[in-house]
Amino acid sequence: MSLRFAALTFILAVLFPRLVRAQENPYTVTYDQFLEEPRNLGIEYFSTFGTQRGGNDFHAYWLEFEYGATAWWTTEFYLDAQTTFHDSTVPTGFRWENRFRPLKREYFINPVLYVEYEHVNGADKILKELEGHDIEDDFLTPNAEVRDEIKNELELKLILGSNFKGWNISENFLFVKNLTNEPWEFGYAVGASRPLALKASPKRCSLCPQNFVAGAEMYGGLGDRYHFGLHETSQYLAPGVAWNMPSGWTLRVSPTFGLNDNSHRFMLRWGIAREIPGFGDMVKKLFTGRP
Amino acid sequence: MNHRVFSLAFLVVILGGLIGLAQTQVNKDVASRASHDYSELNKSPAKARNRLNPFQNDPDSVAAGQLLFEDHCTECHGTTGEGGKKGPNLRAPEVQNATDGTLFWLLTNGVAWRGMPVWSRLPEAQRWQLVRYVKSLGIRDGLKPDPKP
Repeated sequence: MSLRFAALTFILAVLFPRLVRAQENPYTVTYDQFLEEPRNLGIEYFSTFGTQRGGNDFHAYWLEFEYGATAWWTTEFYLDAQTTFHDSTVPTGFRWENRFRPLKREYFINPVLYVEYEHVNGADKILKELEGHDIEDDFLTPNAEVRDEIKNELELKLILGSNFKGWNISENFLFVKNLTNEPWEFGYAVGASRPLALKASPKRCSLCPQNFVAGAEMYGGLGDRYHFGLHETSQYLAPGVAWNMPSGWTLRVSPTFGLNDNSHRFMLRWGIAREIPGFGDMVKKLFTGRP
Repeated sequence: MNHRVFSLAFLVVILGGLIGLAQTQVNKDVASRASHDYSELNKSPAKARNRLNPFQNDPDSVAAGQLLFEDHCTECHGTTGEGGKKGPNLRAPEVQNATDGTLFWLLTNGVAWRGMPVWSRLPEAQRWQLVRYVKSLGIRDGLKPDPKP
């Protein structure tokens, strides 16, 4: 399954060979305040290898399509799946998220509003965000027993992002409602990152320090409406690096460490992304014949 | 169940409205570009307008700015900065006569409601390098006159 996901990413990238160099941060869970460029499509294959105490390790992955509808609205669609070793491989659902930038100007703190609908099953292990009382033991149940448990969730986030002397500092506050009769759950993510060089080189180069962005993020659950706080939650710390290659590809790698007994001890998270400029115009031309 | 249906319907209505709003915005963008509206340049605060480019005397900054331009700007402003269907002519007198500080301010803030993204994603040094390249292009007002009176 993961090979199919990766192959699809590659094929899409080959079909749309025009290049544009991205400028991505290394965050896995934290969102910064920047949106996709208008009419551009970003495609990413992202993978998480996770260790599991008392059970089988797993490999979860998603395929992401991120489209810049306007300069103030980005919409994304995700397809998720996972493989649990010595168990099985299962698709785990889809997500549709939208991010909106409400303010016209750049301020010291820049808010972005986030709305996501997700339709996933109980075997979901991609850990794209942590909320409520999500803990490592939730992943012990065999896929066959949980793949029929369907969850429809509404997720809201307040994303705050700042730039200061080359650093990006982002804070996310997460509010999640399972659309059945379950309480609101909460989570957070914070991240800081900086390019290794702030000034651009006058020559094209793959290994120039300006192409690398290094940083770290911390994220976890904050309980629910009735039991707010860190008790019975999982917490993670994840250093990371993004390599924005001149070829138009971006590679992100983030070793992730659990900070308490409820967390997976270690996860290796990595993704490869490609930006397709002017995708919206290509589609428009395809259907209307007008450029 | 009703609760779920209501929530989904609410989400669809909100997003539908936003799509409509975005389409309206796109139409406004087209109209704005047709009239080559550079009025946003006049909105920069005096403090921003008067900032000096720290790369003014850096011999490499134009070449570096050109690479940044190719990576991030040509999609809308064309390969030589003369504009296209999506972005205005950067070699118009309005742009070339603007101060470096004004162009830096515009890059930093974007004009999101008219389609120009915020470029504070790029480090400050790279935005100044971009400004150096744009100013190095010089004036070439290749705009075709509007056929409509």
